[in-house]
Amino acid sequence: MTIKNTIAVLVNDHPGVLQRVSGLFGRRGFNIESITVGQSEEVGLSRMVIVTIGDENNLEQIEKQLYKLVDVIKVIDLSSKPMVSRELAMIKVKAEPPQRPEIMGVVETFRAAVVDVGTTSLIVQVIGDTEKIDAMIELLKPYGIRELTRTGVTAMIRGNA
Amino acid sequence: MSAQIPEVRSTDELREKWMKPEVITGSEILLRSLLLEGVDCVFGYPGGAVLYIYDAMYGFEDFKHVLTRHEQGAIHAADGYARASGKVGVCIATSGPGATNLVTGIATAFMDSVPLVVITGNVISSLIGTDAFQEADITGITMPITKHSYLVRDVEDLPRIIHEAFHIANTGRKGPVLIDIPKDISAAQTLFVPQMGPVTMRGYNPKVLPNKIQLDKLTQAIAEAKRPFILAGGGVVYSGGHEALYEFVRKTEIPITTTLLGLGGFPSGHELWTGMPGMHGTYTSNQAIQQSDLLICIGARFDDRVTGKLDGFAPHAKIVHIDIDPAEIGKNVPTDIPIVGDVKAVLELLNQDVKRANQADAWRAQIQQWKNEKPYSYKDSDTVLKPQWVVELLDETTKGGAIVTTDVGQHQMWAAQYYKFNQPRSWVTSGGLGTMGFGFPSAIGAQMANPDRLVISINGDGGMQMCSQELAICAINNIPVKIVIINNQVLGMVRQWQELIYDNRYSHIDLAGSPDFVKLAEAYGVKGLRATNKEEARRAWQEALDTPGPVVVEFVVSKEENVYPMVTQGSTIDQMLMGDE
Repeated sequence: MTIKNTIAVLVNDHPGVLQRVSGLFGRRGFNIESITVGQSEEVGLSRMVIVTIGDENNLEQIEKQLYKLVDVIKVIDLSSKPMVSRELAMIKVKAEPPQRPEIMGVVETFRAAVVDVGTTSLIVQVIGDTEKIDAMIELLKPYGIRELTRTGVTAMIRGNA
Repeated sequence: MSAQIPEVRSTDELREKWMKPEVITGSEILLRSLLLEGVDCVFGYPGGAVLYIYDAMYGFEDFKHVLTRHEQGAIHAADGYARASGKVGVCIATSGPGATNLVTGIATAFMDSVPLVVITGNVISSLIGTDAFQEADITGITMPITKHSYLVRDVEDLPRIIHEAFHIANTGRKGPVLIDIPKDISAAQTLFVPQMGPVTMRGYNPKVLPNKIQLDKLTQAIAEAKRPFILAGGGVVYSGGHEALYEFVRKTEIPITTTLLGLGGFPSGHELWTGMPGMHGTYTSNQAIQQSDLLICIGARFDDRVTGKLDGFAPHAKIVHIDIDPAEIGKNVPTDIPIVGDVKAVLELLNQDVKRANQADAWRAQIQQWKNEKPYSYKDSDTVLKPQWVVELLDETTKGGAIVTTDVGQHQMWAAQYYKFNQPRSWVTSGGLGTMGFGFPSAIGAQMANPDRLVISINGDGGMQMCSQELAICAINNIPVKIVIINNQVLGMVRQWQELIYDNRYSHIDLAGSPDFVKLAEAYGVKGLRATNKEEARRAWQEALDTPGPVVVEFVVSKEENVYPMVTQGSTIDQMLMGDE
């Protein structure tokens, strides 16, 4: 059965590590839906969060192949446990003055924020899980989306684990 | 017979002198570090970006440097050296085209898990990324085909990097490691403190010892099995586990096949050995795999040339997979008993309490019957030389005792089928990548590692022309490799596929225009001999054996000969074309 998996990969913060990891996915025919990288809690280590689509065998192979990379310290299958996942999107939406109150209504309902106001547009910032962002985009589409950028998912296991 | 390879003059005294902490250049650090790692032979080709390194090598005789005529020759020679010795092979090339010429050889070593340390020069650090003269992003280019790689950014890191590179290359699942050294780094000076101690790397801890529970499961499975069978691969040879494997078979009396890369890992004369499996394997091995109820895979990776059509492979068997690389387990074939660990360590532990497979007597009889009824066979001829006969001649006259390297193609399969290997590291061939041009230069490396052994390089007329320039190396260093060319004037394996699968449409396989190989040898100062019938063949081969230096022997063989048995792609391995024997 094909499912969406979220894995966290703790890696050495060395030049070229992102290339090694993403190259491995490409070469082995694994799919990357999104990938985010940034500092971790430990100096010298970065954490990548990768969302990938595949079956169970696929996920097992991804984990094992990742572990073969010398710069990979730890691989955690986040989606096997309850997790918190978040994504950020910025949406530049067409907004002539008459439409603004309506758009603000959508923004408030989603607990999003307007972070820039132009003469005929607004930039809306929304944070949440992927479904929430998808829904927000659907609602803003009728007004005309001029530009859209999403960060990809970052995630953590809930609780003390 | 002994190769007249110059002795390196490294002594403990000299070593002590070299190993004092001292402020020296990156280039000198490299040379001293190589000595510390026990390197006695390096294959290379100088160029602009490695000039400091070669300058440091001027008058340096603590290890031997072999100047090949092409970087591809250098890396295949380093590969042959590593396969035949178990030590790490080392080669050096310059930046840009020097480095990219290594790519085929790096991929070859990667596919077959051969430990190499590959050193490339690069343009000076400040020019990296500017498309400078002879610049190539070789770490980027080789990322998918190296076990690990380094681009050195600070000369102070160099001793640690070299020490780590050797550790990574030759532990766990072995493989090539690349070190890319910008020119300014090889010139920069720093205090060199020799690195000798154990390597600790947080992200690299290969698991050597297996899980005891899994071992017990296997012992139990052997006791219950009625049709157990062993599929052993290159991991047996690489781990030095051949004696433990022999002991395992002696105790359990389970019949065994060895893959192409596993040849020599188990003595071919043994009653329980069934020959090679897979596409050109024996009838017995393939039937045994398909009918087994317990398949014990040891240090092999279920390559598609072994399994044939995966759906339908070993359909009745409980699968046991012993491998040091966890990622191999379950990659191609679902595994019932996974055992992660070093093959030698696993087998030694198993041997402590494993017993004879007592329920398998009928199975052993069945296997013997297959072996007797369907051995490898070919139709011999008195008018043309048959390539299989030539390999048998080499085997008989050397009693299976030579180190044999091959290129890729029909001659490779005939060598695998008809030469009888009895000891590990006596068979050097490109398995996973199937690299033409590998056979001859790898023999140079194998001979450098084993100056006192007979090294025979079996090549086709196609592959020989991919690296024939290295004849110069044999001539000037008097490296006494016996270079056999099985000349059928075509790309034989391609011809075979075109005949059997592409309806006799022989598209672009005629190698007309090949040189006169005898004259080619002589042009390099190497003795050349030719044989076109059995009598000439016996005489020429004997003359080659009696000649102290390198010799090229060309056997002109029948053009139409095919390799049988053959499993065509998309078939299960028991569906074999047996030929017209």
